[in-house]
Amino acid sequence: MSGADLKAGVTDATLVAAIRSGDEGAMATLYDRYSSIVYAVGLRVLGDTGAAEDVLQEVFMQLWRNPGVFDASRGNLGAWLAVIARNRAIDSLRKRRPETDIDDVVVSVVPDMAGDAGRARAMEKVRGTLGSMPAAQRSALEMAYFEGLTHTEIAAKTGEPLGTVKTRIRAGLMALRKAFEA
Amino acid sequence: MSAHEQFADDLALLAVGALQGDERAALEKHLEGCAACRRELEQLRGDTALLALSAAGPAPPSRSRERLLKAIAREPAASKAGKRRRWGWTLMPWFAAAVFALAAVFFFRQSDRLAQRVAELQSESTQQQAQLERAREVVSTLTSTNAMRVTLVAAQTPPQPQGKAIYVRDRSSLVFIANNMPALPPQKAYELWLIPTSGAPIAAGTFKPDTHGSATVIEPPLPAGVGAKAFAITIEPEQGSATPTMPIVMSGAGE
Repeated sequence: MSGADLKAGVTDATLVAAIRSGDEGAMATLYDRYSSIVYAVGLRVLGDTGAAEDVLQEVFMQLWRNPGVFDASRGNLGAWLAVIARNRAIDSLRKRRPETDIDDVVVSVVPDMAGDAGRARAMEKVRGTLGSMPAAQRSALEMAYFEGLTHTEIAAKTGEPLGTVKTRIRAGLMALRKAFEA
Repeated sequence: MSAHEQFADDLALLAVGALQGDERAALEKHLEGCAACRRELEQLRGDTALLALSAAGPAPPSRSRERLLKAIAREPAASKAGKRRRWGWTLMPWFAAAVFALAAVFFFRQSDRLAQRVAELQSESTQQQAQLERAREVVSTLTSTNAMRVTLVAAQTPPQPQGKAIYVRDRSSLVFIANNMPALPPQKAYELWLIPTSGAPIAAGTFKPDTHGSATVIEPPLPAGVGAKAFAITIEPEQGSATPTMPIVMSGAGE
């Protein structure tokens, strides 16, 4: 962690620019910043440490090979990597070929996560918001996002009408939006 | 929210990746033509990204870090450029073939209708062009410095200053033409005022007559949709005033 500590004040954008010129140290710093969240997402979706490690490796290799795809104007790097990890893990879970192009990934409202404190605050806030949702709403949202289930599958699993599932998912997203707008 | 309310739930489902089948196809078709819904989808994707941050668990094992650093050392910067495929690339030929096939069917069915519509639009465009030309001619005649401006009055009446304001309230469009205007003192200008049906006079442009006493004010900036009961002219400093300075030198009420 000492390398990361030394570079604590360096922005993600600067590190990504360094990666473009092949700076392996910059890559290590970004890994130290975001590997935990990327790994946690992979583990959450796949439930298997080996598979989660593979996702972690793939996501960071993707950044190394193609750092130009990350567009700082479309959100911060930590959230972007987490979303890519989720998409890769879901593709792997559903045994389908990768269908989510990383160009499509948008992370618009996420606050700065480059510092340890900002990262912890953002994650805390998301967990807090999810924790204060009605259980059925949170569960619908998580089944869709972390299990990759369609609304029809969620309805079948929970025995609830399709319309209810739809409404819950939207209400859940709106609650998250509101929490970060405040 | 500015997106279509009937698609609101489906947009959220699409953002989290939970919408499939006909409903997804219908929504994607709608999105092609609806910028408001595309913006909302983008925002919902941003909201969805927050969900990823809720995952928590143990830190990855240290061997993962070593594995990554070894892997990137094997792919040095010099060999990076342009050799990697993007995810989804392998599906590209199939996707492209499907798109072309659909497009071919679609265009085959639409071509007759399109040809007809193009002919209609061409005809409309020609008509509009002709109307535009005519409007240009009218305005250029009205405003030309070479124009001869003749005011016809009862015989044996000396030439009188005269202004004609033509105002279209719906478009807040005003054209004003003046003749025989007396010369102004130095650093002064005439200012035209729109007298609304209620409220204070609204400045509608300043003007200075030419050597023949002619002047025009074309399309001054005006607030939208104000009803006018009269127009008036005062003499003001060159840069114009916010409120009229008495006396009113000319005025006229609407017919």
